[in-house]
Amino acid sequence: MINSMLESIGYTGWILHALIWMPILGMGLVLWAEEETAKHVAFWWSAVVFVLSLGLWWAFDPSEAGMQMVSQTSWIASWGVSYSLGIDGISLFMVMLTTFSSSIAILGSFNYIKVRPRAFYSLMLLLEAGVVGVFSATDVFLFYVFFELTLVPMYFIVGVWGGERRIYAAIKFFLYTAFGSLLMLVGILYLFYKAKTLLGFPTFAYADLLQVPLTGTEQLWLFAAFALAFSVKVPVFPFHTWLPDAHVEAPTPGSVILAAVLLKMGTYGFLRFLLPLFPVAAQHPTVVTTMLVLAVIGILYTAWVAAVQPDAKKLVAYTSVAHMGFVVLGIFALTVNGLQGGLVVMISHGISTGALFLLLGMLYERRHTRQIADFGGIARVAPLLTSAFVLTALASIGLPGTSGFVGEFLALLGAFETHRVFAVIASLGVIFAAYYMLPMVQKVFFNALDKPENREIEDLSRREMVILAPLCALMIWIGWNPTPILTRMEPTVRAVLERVEAAAPSGQTSITLEDGSQVVIAPADAQAPLVDPELNDDPPDDAAVIDGE
Amino acid sequence: MHASLAAVLVQGGQATAEAAGHFEPFYPGLIILLPLIGFLLNGVLALRHGVASATAVRGGGELDLDTGGRPATHTLPSLIGPGVMLLAFLLTVVNFTRMLGAHIEEPVVISYWTWMATGTFTVDAAIQLDQLSMIMMMVVTGVGFLIHVFSVGYMKADSGYPRYFAYLNLFVFFMLTLVMGSSYALMFVGWEGVGLCSYLLIGFWFSDKEKADAGKKAFIVNRIGDVGFLVAMFLLYVTFGTVDFVAVFHDAETLAYGGSLVTAIALFFFLGAAGKSAQIPLYVWLPDAMAGPTPVSALIHAATMVTAGVNLVARSSVLFALAPVAGATVAGVGVLTALFAATIALKQNDIKKVLAYSTVSQLGYMFVGVGVGAYSAGVFHLMTHAFFKALLFLGAGAVIHSMHEAYHSTHSHEDAQDMRNMGGLKAHMPITWVTMWIATFAIAGIWPFAGFFSKDEIIWQTAAFGGATHAPYPMLYTVYWVIALAAAMLTAFYMTRMMVMTFHGTNRTGEEESKHLHEAPVVMWAPLAVLATLSVVGGWINVPESIRESFLGLGPLTSEWLHHWLEPITAQATHIQAANLGELSHSAPVGGGEFMWALISTVLAIAVVATTFRMVGQKEIVPAAQDVELTGFAKVLYNKWYVDEFYDRVIVEPILRTSRFFWKVIDAGIIDGVVNGVGWTARGVGFVISMFQTGSVNTYAFILTVGVLVILGVSIF
Repeated sequence: MINSMLESIGYTGWILHALIWMPILGMGLVLWAEEETAKHVAFWWSAVVFVLSLGLWWAFDPSEAGMQMVSQTSWIASWGVSYSLGIDGISLFMVMLTTFSSSIAILGSFNYIKVRPRAFYSLMLLLEAGVVGVFSATDVFLFYVFFELTLVPMYFIVGVWGGERRIYAAIKFFLYTAFGSLLMLVGILYLFYKAKTLLGFPTFAYADLLQVPLTGTEQLWLFAAFALAFSVKVPVFPFHTWLPDAHVEAPTPGSVILAAVLLKMGTYGFLRFLLPLFPVAAQHPTVVTTMLVLAVIGILYTAWVAAVQPDAKKLVAYTSVAHMGFVVLGIFALTVNGLQGGLVVMISHGISTGALFLLLGMLYERRHTRQIADFGGIARVAPLLTSAFVLTALASIGLPGTSGFVGEFLALLGAFETHRVFAVIASLGVIFAAYYMLPMVQKVFFNALDKPENREIEDLSRREMVILAPLCALMIWIGWNPTPILTRMEPTVRAVLERVEAAAPSGQTSITLEDGSQVVIAPADAQAPLVDPELNDDPPDDAAVIDGE
Repeated sequence: MHASLAAVLVQGGQATAEAAGHFEPFYPGLIILLPLIGFLLNGVLALRHGVASATAVRGGGELDLDTGGRPATHTLPSLIGPGVMLLAFLLTVVNFTRMLGAHIEEPVVISYWTWMATGTFTVDAAIQLDQLSMIMMMVVTGVGFLIHVFSVGYMKADSGYPRYFAYLNLFVFFMLTLVMGSSYALMFVGWEGVGLCSYLLIGFWFSDKEKADAGKKAFIVNRIGDVGFLVAMFLLYVTFGTVDFVAVFHDAETLAYGGSLVTAIALFFFLGAAGKSAQIPLYVWLPDAMAGPTPVSALIHAATMVTAGVNLVARSSVLFALAPVAGATVAGVGVLTALFAATIALKQNDIKKVLAYSTVSQLGYMFVGVGVGAYSAGVFHLMTHAFFKALLFLGAGAVIHSMHEAYHSTHSHEDAQDMRNMGGLKAHMPITWVTMWIATFAIAGIWPFAGFFSKDEIIWQTAAFGGATHAPYPMLYTVYWVIALAAAMLTAFYMTRMMVMTFHGTNRTGEEESKHLHEAPVVMWAPLAVLATLSVVGGWINVPESIRESFLGLGPLTSEWLHHWLEPITAQATHIQAANLGELSHSAPVGGGEFMWALISTVLAIAVVATTFRMVGQKEIVPAAQDVELTGFAKVLYNKWYVDEFYDRVIVEPILRTSRFFWKVIDAGIIDGVVNGVGWTARGVGFVISMFQTGSVNTYAFILTVGVLVILGVSIF
């Protein structure tokens, strides 16, 4: 029924454009509104955008692995740049997560943002448009534009509405990520020229670039350039130190968006570009080992660092790095379970860490402090807030029955299939998650209510309940019924892995171009092996650690 | 999912037809669902109540509940909490009786919806009804119901009353998930879920830092074990492609006997079991868990949750039977824990601490049972222990309740749990006194109480296993057997000491206070009476042939029912064991048959009880406030062998120190040092950057606009 309704309004034809351009239109509305009403305009507008995006759940064809709802308009013809959008199983939930978290974050900022609300809310909408663009662009140039575009509003959100050290944090954030993405730009241009030489016409289309045959060495260099850009974004250890600073200084809604979706742009990049474009490099034993080692360090090291943070927000910021470590682990397991698990962690982390930042923001609005030591015994005066926080904390540390478990479990399971030792070490993260989270929960919400200021803390308001209720419901719903999500992602995940496997050193040496005409292109250096022999002496397999017989 | 939830309620899900045999399950999904409904209802009440008392706290006061009678906010939870448990228990009884008449060989699996399906890994939200899950369900809902009823009296005056019942119901929901789930993955849901409830209930009085600490410790230590459980599941998945019980056990026999894979799987599972069931080296959380309300200690930390590890090993009997090294490890850890915890119990003065270490010790016995392949004996002791240890804890609860009110009346701050402040309580609380003695006889292994039969069976099986034709390490099992016998004597000693210090001799509570000592109300003593009955007759359902023929067997009153009942579960393991070990021994390492050693052990136990009774009875015991500090070995035992201190020094503190090192030196020092260095260099070199950093939003907005225009401009050409 819903499907036919969506069909009758031609939903799939315009929805992706609407999700990008409506927030931009909303910017105008917000700027046009009064300072006092700007927040309401922004919220209701983003809520409408979110409701529109809900149709994707039904309109998306779960049996299709490739891009859906595609549309293509030439933009800069001389460069072969096009304004082309589309989503597949990997981007579907990222888009929905973006529209959802945007409206939640805007609603959560009502009491927090006191100065220049119009400017703030228009930047939030711009950010939403940019992130949706990142997740739905099928032109690499367009992707890069959106990728960089998100930097700008976030820079201002931190730099203008942030805390005391906001300038330092904003510049650190900007320089770190801009540095990373510059390398990616070089990589993109290299791909572009390579494609132009081979195909004879300029193109930035993702589908075309996929067809560009690359030698193993080229793949490794390009992989490195792209991986660096995305690793800063994720962030992967040791590129993570911008994140705690940015989070601590960012206003609540900034932190929510940062944690919920901006970090996901990094792991999304892994899945969208690193694996499909550079499959040989992505399964190169050294590369895989490096990524897994960094993932495992991220999981354990940041968990330990998180545990000793005196600032609750910084603690949660560090836990983000640990969670994203599970995503990287799942991705570079190069198994169906690993990728699926990584994607679920991305969704789950978006929900639970977003909720944690909202809750910490609510506490901050009440007490004007984030220091754990300033709290204590809050559960007695704010039972609703405490319940929501405890549930969210449990989802964050992956308690079964919540979304966090499904993701971490599958990511670890997937990693165990191909890399037992890494998976077992990463499993220890389960212990250290409890080690960082529970003491914080105890010191803030339990123990004696011994500080007079804390006695006056109000419980959740109606607006805050409206914010938290859907987040809590999603954590539990995904925890018990992730299958509808998993089935929608599965075909795309399989396609990515098949592409990686097909490029295995023993695979083909020429690649078929699928632009409709089925042209077989012999690579310029057709004689060159796809991978340098010396780069490939040990197979990516350590599966024989424990033998059965 | 909605359709399947409806299916739970209307049709009871869809049973696999071919496996069902004659057994028609009767709304089994409701058994799990009822406590969940109870949790949701009580949860709403708890939140409403919490909001009300929060308003009072903000007003500078407390919500006044001391109105004499039962506060109005307590009525609904009192009905819902025990009510859903009674219904769940009755449903379990119906299913149990149906299964009794059906003689099914295969488990009945009822699937409700697909929980996770990634494409290569699938696990259903499904329950499995078989002989083992049925026994566990009977214990969980039956004993659980009694403890819910007891709680109505015990928690009467507590301001967190609705929250208490919400947590307790949630616990039962997860515990039933643990025992009824049809796969390791679902068992793990229950496994961590009960850990969560344990955490919440240990820290129930969260304003007290010590209690909140204890809850946190329980959770973290349990998670160490949980990693083992996870890794074992991963190994199962890569080996069999599934973690469903039926499929795994079906394929398990393809694994090589004694192979490293099956040994690894079994040992990782046992790591999980050691966490949840408080075995060496992960037992340290359980004694601290006594910080929770006493009925919680009875339900979670004695009767049900802590036995989950035993249930896990019994459930995985095939895997453990294939891994003799794992079996020897399980039995070895079990017997060491039994002895070690018993020695600590000798010197404790807190009545709940004695019972806590006693629980650790008895869990050790259960692991000895399942470790030597006597799976039904392990489950048997799990069941009888649920009866008598729940009774002991509830009895202790009644005592503490009475002591607390006595001290409350004079506003004294003496310790209501310290046995040195008790003495002579039998005059004030006769029912509690009698029922607790029954439980003491049961745990001490005195004929014909329940514990005699179950503990004796385990000790005997240890000897029989060690003397088997091809036993892997016969000497080792002889050592196990001797330790198990010795620990049994220690049990008789510390339990009698506890009873004498609590109930006999002269009262040490205080003159004024002792006037307020009283017997528990009927809502509390009635569950004691039921459990006391079960602590006697509960052992009669599994009396082996050789004993039943003698005068120890009580004639027609007893049977070997449980052993036969569990045969469909254990048959595969028994078969593997018989094929590889040969025949079990019929005599102990030093000679003598099962009957003789049963007789010897019960005579010894009686002797220890009698001697201890005289010894402790004649000793002068002074109230806690006047007592002197212990010295020498007694002090070491009193301080629990300083294991907590050892762990703090060797594990906890180094981790904290390393964490600070990582943060201060590596993160803030090295990495940020490099980053800031690069940043400053860039700033110094490129004046362009400083031009951009005007700090003015307008400038940035201008640059942004120009950038966009440039791109748009290019697009025109």
